[in-house]
Amino acid sequence: KEGARGGVGGGNDFQWCFSQVKGAIDEDVAEADIISTVEFNYSGELLATGDKGGRVVIFQREQESKNRPHSRGEYNVYSTFQSHEPEFDYLKSLEIEEKINKIRWLPQQNAAHFLLSTNDKTIKLWKISERDKRAEGYNLKDEDGRLRDPFRITSLRVPVLMPMDLMVEASPRRIFANAHTYHINSISVNSDHETYLSADDLRINLWHLEITDRSFNIVDIKPANMEELTEVITAAECHPHQCNVFVYSSSKGTIRLCDMRAAALCDRHTKFFEEPEDPSSRSFFSEIISSISDVKFSHSGRYMMTRDYLSVKVWDLNMENRPVETYQVHEYLRSKLCSLYENDCIFDKFECCWNGSDGAIMTGSYNNFFRMFDRNSRRDITLEASRESSKPRAMLKPRKVCTGGKRKKDEISVDSLDFNKKILHTAWHPKENVIAVAATNNLYIFQDKIN
Amino acid sequence: MAGADGDDSLYPIAVLIDELRNEDVQLRLNSIKKLSTIALALGVERTRTELLPFLTDTIYDEDEVLLALAEQLGNFTMLVGGPEYVHCLLPPLESLATVEETVVRDKAVESLRKISHEHSPVDLEVHFEPLVKRLASGDWFTSRTSACGLFSVCYPRVSSTVKAEIRQHFRTLCSDDTPMVRRAAASKLGEFAKVLELEYVKSDIISLFTALASDEQDSVRLLAVEACVSIATLLPQEDLEALVMPTLRQAAEDKSWRVRYMVADKFSELQKAVGPEITKNDLVPAFQNLLKDCEAEVRAAAANKVKEFCENLPEDSRETIIMSHILPCVKELVSDTNQHVKSALASVIMGLSTILGKDNTIEHLLPLFLAQLKDECPEVRLNIISNLDCVNEVIGIRQLSQSLLPAIVELAEDAKWRVRLAIIEYMPLLAGQLGVEFFDEKLNSLCMAWLVDHVYAIREAATCNLMKLVEKFGAEWAQNTIVPKVLGMANDPNYLHRMTTLFCINALSEACGQDITTKQMLPVVLKMSNDQVANVRFNVAKSLQKIGPVLDSNALQTEVKPVLEKLATDQDMDVKYFAQEAISVLALA
Repeated sequence: KEGARGGVGGGNDFQWCFSQVKGAIDEDVAEADIISTVEFNYSGELLATGDKGGRVVIFQREQESKNRPHSRGEYNVYSTFQSHEPEFDYLKSLEIEEKINKIRWLPQQNAAHFLLSTNDKTIKLWKISERDKRAEGYNLKDEDGRLRDPFRITSLRVPVLMPMDLMVEASPRRIFANAHTYHINSISVNSDHETYLSADDLRINLWHLEITDRSFNIVDIKPANMEELTEVITAAECHPHQCNVFVYSSSKGTIRLCDMRAAALCDRHTKFFEEPEDPSSRSFFSEIISSISDVKFSHSGRYMMTRDYLSVKVWDLNMENRPVETYQVHEYLRSKLCSLYENDCIFDKFECCWNGSDGAIMTGSYNNFFRMFDRNSRRDITLEASRESSKPRAMLKPRKVCTGGKRKKDEISVDSLDFNKKILHTAWHPKENVIAVAATNNLYIFQDKIN
Repeated sequence: MAGADGDDSLYPIAVLIDELRNEDVQLRLNSIKKLSTIALALGVERTRTELLPFLTDTIYDEDEVLLALAEQLGNFTMLVGGPEYVHCLLPPLESLATVEETVVRDKAVESLRKISHEHSPVDLEVHFEPLVKRLASGDWFTSRTSACGLFSVCYPRVSSTVKAEIRQHFRTLCSDDTPMVRRAAASKLGEFAKVLELEYVKSDIISLFTALASDEQDSVRLLAVEACVSIATLLPQEDLEALVMPTLRQAAEDKSWRVRYMVADKFSELQKAVGPEITKNDLVPAFQNLLKDCEAEVRAAAANKVKEFCENLPEDSRETIIMSHILPCVKELVSDTNQHVKSALASVIMGLSTILGKDNTIEHLLPLFLAQLKDECPEVRLNIISNLDCVNEVIGIRQLSQSLLPAIVELAEDAKWRVRLAIIEYMPLLAGQLGVEFFDEKLNSLCMAWLVDHVYAIREAATCNLMKLVEKFGAEWAQNTIVPKVLGMANDPNYLHRMTTLFCINALSEACGQDITTKQMLPVVLKMSNDQVANVRFNVAKSLQKIGPVLDSNALQTEVKPVLEKLATDQDMDVKYFAQEAISVLALA
């Protein structure tokens, strides 16, 4: 039954409440402001977004204060920086967009925070650090900046560090370039904390985080003759605990799991996950809608989840022949595939994410709707990220799409869904019921309200 | 120290201090590199109380600045007042030991290790050891990884209670949550074992070693292989079997190719560390397996070690082991599917002939050499050719020469110029081993053909090669075989080839001596001064300058001088310039 009580996520009954919305309210949306990726860091204290303009914005969670009991850990801007600039490849006569395709945080290693951001071609490692002291006192200048007579220096002054207002700096630490011929779709930090992988349409490379001038090609599916190309890599991720295991998904709806212990080149997979196709539902669109747009390991490392156009599937790593769970995201679109093909929506790449305990999953849909599925109770819910319900601590009302028959009150008919409002990127706080949902140029943050 | 009145000698120091905070990294770096000058001017007291506290907090800077700072502080003891005050250097180095940049952290640790020796035993316990503990129990793994490198320097000089604490800290870090720290601990395990008392090596280190060697992350396990070498060296022979070998055997058969690669890579060290008996019983089969490994990277690493491994086998059973166990594997590697494996083998296989002696070489190794000389991969052939000297000593090169020649010719004409370049570099060596007759008959024409190669680097190398050949075979040989051909090119329609003549003359004149240079080369050079191409003309001037010292003064005055004077009035600027330069260098003005 579709969430009358709404409680999907934590096991206990609770309801999702509006917390914050970021970004301009204008109806005109600048292309550069469209959010292209959302990612919490390991502790959930920081939340990063990337946009089509190549910017990265980092939000930090406020400490809960006694004075404002209702502002439970709101996220405020911590740092904003331009990660990528538009470029032009003169050799190939190609424009390289600045759009941030993915952001991945590194496990924290000292007081500073580090993240990887990538556009189509170049991956960058950024350091975000705080500074609260400033050196004062020069020998050759006065306090107000006037130069002193160099011949009348009677004593040497060593600068003294004085406290100052907190300043957050983002500095590029490494640039990993020139390793991808095709567009990078995924980056994933390995659990050994020293390597990460990057995947494009046809190849996966393994990098050392400290070495920028070389990477190892571990998967290459490029056929000798490009006319024989039938399949591309759509996403790749490292296992959260086993540093030798990674998976990659393909446009044919299959997932390959590789073990880097077996050989230096992982062209041969160790496991191959594929659900046999149901011949009765075969159509012209079958192959397109089975293409996997995202793959994510559960935090436990036991399961992985894949998103295709109409559904989310959960796979047990020990069972290759079919998923253990399948959730329909917007089955009502099956009858509309033709028009979705014509307006290119069928190629939208929806992402998906787990909650901290792996008990619930979330993914996006159209009309600014997003879906959550509770794996234990099998309950699901459709929620909407909209300005209308964005009053502080307003409870989110479950939405329902009417599929034929008479439309009931509060239902919306399939035909009136807005396909330009799509939720592709969502993120779930690693420990709490806090979610971040990117709706075009707005970032919505919702939290639970325990009954 | 600063004087009471205005003192202009302070000015440069004042600039240095101010530039510690300059916008320009280069200037900051410059100032940091002169930190000792600043400290000297401030005196020990102010260095301790003002400069060091400031430096402790300047860890926001660029890596290169921090790296330089970490290095400087390692040599700062005298500048803070000598060993008595050396502990004042600990706070800035401690903060540098926690930055995220590995090179900086490593340098800070290196400096800390250095100054630890300047601490008195008391200071070591009062100041240094607490710092190690702080780092070891730090919140972030950067500080904990740094701690791993410091245990071994303070352990030998502290009391037994503190020693026990240090061992405990090390043990904790070996089972740290983050793989970064476990890797740091694994890589320092061998070093730490060396300073421990033998009883603790057996009780503590072995269990840590076993645990790290079966870590869930292969990046940790492979580092334990390195530690294995040091630990095995420390233990008495009778304990090795029980304490080290189970782990080593397990590593040689690890699921992860990277661990097996590490075993292959460290095989010679391991072999020395465990001694001849264990080598015979355990390492020989392990080595055979590595040579047959399913991963090419591992086979290549093992192939690289074939010669060293065989050399270090116990003498009494060396030949039997090689013939019955190693050689069969080697034979298979000759036709391996992976060219890196084959070329790794080719780079060492010739060395086996000295170990096996003449008869075995002819019977067993020669067919392998010949097969490799015909390998499809040029690198394999090159590696064989570059190591010919080993075989030459044992069986003489004649045995090989029939196969050698086609291999050389093919490499000499390879489409890749780098391959051609590589074979040219071996020509003098080959010429020496094959002898002048064989050379004249078969190889001379190749050497001349390279002179007209279309790649400059090849022509240049070919010239240099001629010089080395003349040094080997003598001036008379040069006069009969190569000088006429080189001089013949002076009339070539292609000006690049004409220039090659000049370059050859530059290279050969000294080796050929005054007689040949004056009678045969000089006339050709002088004639070329009328060349229509300016590049040729100014190279004539350069050549004359070069060969001038070989000529007698009569030739210089009567033949060289007029030509250079004429070139000095040439309409081309460069020709004039080089002619004038030659005139002044040869003192003909």
